[in-house]
Amino acid sequence: MNISYEWLKSVAPGLTSSPEELAERLALLGAPVEDITSASAGLEAVIIGRVQSVRRHPNADRLSLCEVDDGREVVQVVCGAPVIEEGGHYPFAPAGTTLPGGLKLKRAKIRGEYSNGMLCSEKELGLGRDQSGIMLLSEGVTAGQSLIEVLGLDDFRMDVEVTPNRGDWLSHVGIAREVAPGGVAGVVSSPIPGAAPLDLEVKSGSREVSHGPVRIRIDEPEQCYRFLGVIIRGVRVGPSPRWLAARLRAVGQQTINNVVDATNYVMLEMGNPMHAYDLDKLEGSSLIARRAKEGETMQTLDGLEHEFDADMLLICDASVPHDIAGIMGGMHSSVTSDTTDILLECALFEPKSIRRTRSALGISTDASYRFERGVDPEGHLPAIMRALDVVLATAGGEVDGPLLEVLPRPWKATSVVLRPSRVERVLGVRFEVAELEGLLTPLGFTVEKGDEDTEGADLRVVVPGYRSYDVTREIDLIEEVTRAHGYDSFPEDLSAARPTTVPDDPVFQLEDQIRSVLSSEGLFEVANPAFASEDEGEVELNNPISLEESRLRTSLIPGLLRNVEYNFARGARDVRLFELGTVFHASGVGVAPQEDLHVALVVTGRREPEHWSGASEALDYSTVKGIVEIALAESGWGEPALMTAEAGAKVWVGESGGALFDHASSITLTSAEGTPIGAAGRVRPDRIDAPAWAGEIWAMEMKLPAEPVAKTQTAYRPLSPFPGVDRDLALLVPYDVPSSAVSDEMYDVGGSLLERVTVFDLYQGGEVAEGHRSLAFRLRLQAWDRTLRDKEVDRVVEKIVGRLREDLGVEQRI
Amino acid sequence: MLAGKRRPWGNCIEMSHRNSLIHTLQDLETEALDAIRAAPAEDALEELRVSYLGRKEGRISGILRGLGTLDVAERPPVGAEANRVKDVLQEALKARAVGLTSSGKEAGVQAPDLTLPARHRWRGGVHPITQVIDDIWRIFQSMGFARARGPEVDTEWYNFVALNTPLDHPAADEQDTLYLKDSLLLRSHTSPVQVRTMEKHEPPIRILAPGMVYRRDSYDATHTPAFSQIEGLVVDEGITFVDFKATLAEFARRFWGSGTKVRFRPSFFPFTEPSAEVDVKRMITMKDGTRVESDWIEIMGAGMVDPNVLENVGYDPERYTGFAFGMGPARIAMLKYGVPDLRIFLQHDIRFLSQFTTGRGP
Repeated sequence: MNISYEWLKSVAPGLTSSPEELAERLALLGAPVEDITSASAGLEAVIIGRVQSVRRHPNADRLSLCEVDDGREVVQVVCGAPVIEEGGHYPFAPAGTTLPGGLKLKRAKIRGEYSNGMLCSEKELGLGRDQSGIMLLSEGVTAGQSLIEVLGLDDFRMDVEVTPNRGDWLSHVGIAREVAPGGVAGVVSSPIPGAAPLDLEVKSGSREVSHGPVRIRIDEPEQCYRFLGVIIRGVRVGPSPRWLAARLRAVGQQTINNVVDATNYVMLEMGNPMHAYDLDKLEGSSLIARRAKEGETMQTLDGLEHEFDADMLLICDASVPHDIAGIMGGMHSSVTSDTTDILLECALFEPKSIRRTRSALGISTDASYRFERGVDPEGHLPAIMRALDVVLATAGGEVDGPLLEVLPRPWKATSVVLRPSRVERVLGVRFEVAELEGLLTPLGFTVEKGDEDTEGADLRVVVPGYRSYDVTREIDLIEEVTRAHGYDSFPEDLSAARPTTVPDDPVFQLEDQIRSVLSSEGLFEVANPAFASEDEGEVELNNPISLEESRLRTSLIPGLLRNVEYNFARGARDVRLFELGTVFHASGVGVAPQEDLHVALVVTGRREPEHWSGASEALDYSTVKGIVEIALAESGWGEPALMTAEAGAKVWVGESGGALFDHASSITLTSAEGTPIGAAGRVRPDRIDAPAWAGEIWAMEMKLPAEPVAKTQTAYRPLSPFPGVDRDLALLVPYDVPSSAVSDEMYDVGGSLLERVTVFDLYQGGEVAEGHRSLAFRLRLQAWDRTLRDKEVDRVVEKIVGRLREDLGVEQRI
Repeated sequence: MLAGKRRPWGNCIEMSHRNSLIHTLQDLETEALDAIRAAPAEDALEELRVSYLGRKEGRISGILRGLGTLDVAERPPVGAEANRVKDVLQEALKARAVGLTSSGKEAGVQAPDLTLPARHRWRGGVHPITQVIDDIWRIFQSMGFARARGPEVDTEWYNFVALNTPLDHPAADEQDTLYLKDSLLLRSHTSPVQVRTMEKHEPPIRILAPGMVYRRDSYDATHTPAFSQIEGLVVDEGITFVDFKATLAEFARRFWGSGTKVRFRPSFFPFTEPSAEVDVKRMITMKDGTRVESDWIEIMGAGMVDPNVLENVGYDPERYTGFAFGMGPARIAMLKYGVPDLRIFLQHDIRFLSQFTTGRGP
């Protein structure tokens, strides 16, 4: 909402603060000012020039040569405007001026003729959108006068941010009520230049009222609460006088003509939207607030054609619509320079119906914006009287007959009970009745003390019409008390708090642990948006921003691979990323999708940073498996979370767009119960756009449990006081026997004497028998009650070797 | 049997006389090497040579002379060890002598270059926005808060209606919501967690709810359609506007520094009343040590919980009062680290991410 500083001062004459001080106050009242701009910035050098003569440019058909009197001398100016009046006054920017748009004017030769400046259009001056011609100024100005002075531009525009609950702040009077010294009592109606006192009779009806042939009727009292109209005959529609144009310009409002400007002026000053109809265009001289017929159409002022449904309220004559009630007027009956008789409307519409209609039609106007947020139901009479003053003073004409009012249900002010005890309970500070009264009265509330005997010290607070939308409950009044007292005036004493009944959610703790271990493994956390393209997601968005983000992801890996591609494109070879995030799977019509928390990682590059002692090898399956095991250990799936090598098995994520992993290198992750929870492996080259120099890319994704299992408690085991013995075994293991089967068998046979088995060498090829590899195992044997003797150790090792041969076909290598 | 793969200590199960002599030799070796390294001058070195290797009194020579008392089979290993120790000590004496006579450089012995880079593992780290969330969480944790979470896909009831935001009110426009089919939506704020937590638990409630939220915003310097938010809620008997101000001002000073000024401004949120915007003014220390105040920076929206919200979850608003607050960790991260554009956080350039880790390595 744009507020003119000068306009505000005209309705709050006691206001003495500077624009900056005012902005600070408004911020502390809940209406922060986003921007303060000088309405005249950049126009300081622009003066009034009188065009003495106009002739055609000798070398260009579309240009004119003007002799311009700038008050001191007469200079030649080349001008491209089609129409220039001899003797007319125009804004003149002499050579050397920089216009608000940044255009620097220099004395220059245009097609062989000198131009000493420029005659300007509204657009060139930053005053409006009109660029059709240069800006002809009305009578009563002299050459050499400052444009700022002539147009009354010596003002500041303040862009006030108004929250949706405060529709009453969408006007100068509304803001003035809060900042005028003394509050509402300090707000006045400023005099309209040229307005004579007007005394009008009001003729009311509950559904319909008429004067002569003119008739106003409300068919939908649930959507239209009040309708005021007045007839003015014999107006002369034309440009607005300077004072009126200056007011509108100061807040960035386009001037149109004196009648339309008058209605906008009143809306911006008092908050009541109004509309003026060309009475001659209304069939049957009637205005009827009725619902649209299904499919009815109308062309609005902006030239667009709209089609209506039967819920939409229209203002119509005897047969066709002329206004989308509370939103925008129709083209046909709009006030133009041919108009002589007008019917001025000031009505009140139901906010929700306005909101529904304007959002269905896809239009938002100054009027609809205000009606949606609530327009003062008590403000119509003063508003229409004010508009009359302005129209009569600027366009002339005569009021025909009384003020016509249709009022299906008279407005009744509401009142709200306020308990001082409740105020203290919410705010923590005690307020006396007199203090509450002193805070609320300046805002326009009337405080009535309740009967001491029946209601104790409770107050009855009468709410003014302009606050009737947002103040309906006691808590709304308490907020007003807080605001009026000043948020900063309350103390900040920390008091003891009772411990909460809510436990810290274990999933957060799980996330903390996973982040901690993976980042210390050398991975960086990323956080990608949870969107996916059509090919990748299952759950569709109804109103997506783009096709690339039209669904929700089912996997974190595609996002991580894009992050790796981004880093590859910047030359990074060593990229190690992980993400914790939500994925979504469709669960059927009308059912919320399944949401799962996942952890995923993608790694590529070297095993460790480059060091002067030697080259680092590339990340391989074994390193990645180590990281995956660490993630798995922290995954909250309980113990043990198993990993099974299932070469060739369909892995669990990212299968929709073809296989993600190289099957020979992929493993599935399963929970203790054997449920698949994730997969890991080498990413297939066709799934990522990697440069030729990039290394292998490894990835893992795992679902995390909704209810993590607490880690098993560590139980102390006494350490054996007797020394252990290591024995090394080199074994020829067929390729179809996994090393884990060999070590399982060793533990099985070795029993309690076998403390630990370690694989310490792998050798294949060379003299190793075909179809086999050589695996070297180190067995540590230890007893709890004695020092093992060599013979005993030999017996156990021989037994193990024997069983390996029998059960697995594994031979000892001599 | 695989040869030569046994560890040395694998054979030391039985202690023999032979073994005890070898141990003695090894102990002597350690002792002598320490003494040689510590020798202050050449004459001290000569004394050491005599005492360990001297033909008559030398202790190593003594052991070699005593070999005769062992079994013939046990002599060779002990003799070999004694000769090895003798060689080691002679080398050490020579090296020390060079070190004492000159700077050592002339003789071609270089001291190691201690300024060469250390050996590191890869550096990793949590995302800077996560770090901000963690920093905020730690402060509230110390004030007795617990973390709560809720679904990211939610219903209009939890996202709007239960939070006193009728769908036909202009306040619902403030957040342009992303919808799924069947009038389900992606939550536009973390406030639904307030409602879900109160439905499940009785007061006292003191929760912090970090999570992802979604809005129909295009990507620009200050907007992304998915971003994290942190919700806070306190509900109990006797919670007042004074507690509200005190708790959030305390948080702001702990997070932004003790010199921080905190300001509460009236605002509007459908689910709080009175509502407030919280601004901070930071004290910034410049390079030359001078301290300057920043402008007021908006850091969160907050307010006393609206009685309608309490009623919607079945709490008695006459008995319980509370306050709620919400903030954007990404925005705070931008302010804290001086990142000018929100999209930088989403690029996940590892050169950027590694700026937010401390300590070791590349």
